[in-house]
Amino acid sequence: MRPVRFNIHPKEAEIADAIGMGKAPDGVTGDGFFATQLSSVVGLARKNSLWPLPFATSCCGIEFMATMASHYDLSRFGSERVGFSPRQCDLLMVMGTIAKKMAPVLRQVYIQMAEPRWVIAVGACASSGGIFDTYSVLQGIDQVIPVDVYVPGCPPRPEAIIDGFMKIQDLVGQESIRRRNSEQYKTLLNSYGIQ
Amino acid sequence: MSLNNEIIQEKLIAKFGDQVGQFAISYGMLSFEAPKEMNLKVLQFLYDEPGLEFTFLTDICAVNYPDQKGAELVVVYHLHNLKENVRVRFSVSTSLDNTDVFTATKLFESANWMERETYDFFGINFVGHPNLKRILNVDEMDYFPLRKEFPLEDQTRIDKDDEMFGRG
Repeated sequence: MRPVRFNIHPKEAEIADAIGMGKAPDGVTGDGFFATQLSSVVGLARKNSLWPLPFATSCCGIEFMATMASHYDLSRFGSERVGFSPRQCDLLMVMGTIAKKMAPVLRQVYIQMAEPRWVIAVGACASSGGIFDTYSVLQGIDQVIPVDVYVPGCPPRPEAIIDGFMKIQDLVGQESIRRRNSEQYKTLLNSYGIQ
Repeated sequence: MSLNNEIIQEKLIAKFGDQVGQFAISYGMLSFEAPKEMNLKVLQFLYDEPGLEFTFLTDICAVNYPDQKGAELVVVYHLHNLKENVRVRFSVSTSLDNTDVFTATKLFESANWMERETYDFFGINFVGHPNLKRILNVDEMDYFPLRKEFPLEDQTRIDKDDEMFGRG
């Protein structure tokens, strides 16, 4: 018998809502097999192991640091590994003011990422230039690279960044594996001068 | 005897006569002007003259006074005597038509980047500068952004009306 008892009224953790498994995609189940679309399986795998590449230039970057840290813990959503090499990452997270002089650098980082790649613009500055309506600031990163999700706010709270991240996950999960070869996608990239 | 503003002013007038002028003291700091052709002579004198020895260039900047016809651009040098801990502010003015000003890079190595910045934002052409190109802005920029010829914000845009922010 231990001399001190902790939690003399232990409470069962309610894990039913807090912890969820990734939902299996629609398919045909039978004895010992499960058939579904390859796209769905690939999407499921991709969305739950996104490697974000943080491109943090100002205060939104600080909010992102909070998002990554233990309190908000972005890794709960399957983005355990924040990479700092564009070659290995899937998700470019642009957080903060992008000056016009920084624009070619951002574009270069985007080009260095391997397909499939996604972009999230966090905060007013990355989305639209924000309060910096001035000669030196890029008025939204969508002038140089395509953006999938915009997170509003100045800066957005970590919850908002997580919400944007989950929107990205929805996109990734539903994306057809053929999308990146489509004419529409090529036209989109060509409109940015990226082949 | 410690260095003070009266001594600096006397020495400058003794050397350059009425070519230096507009002496003023604001917040205890002496400021004066000279013709722009004289800028290096004045800086060299302030540097070399025993007792003055302003050997540290704190800052070079420019100011645009659009209403001051013929002297729209003013280049300001901030100098520091490190021994006596005394500072002066020296300025030369130039017109928008001819923005040539002699470079101070031969005298102060630190003037290099400061003059590039001043060129970048105001378009002062520092004659004799070893590498006069933009330092902060994008190279493709074809205007000088801190000149007061631009409105602060496009007055015709409507996407930042109060109505758009629920304050209408």
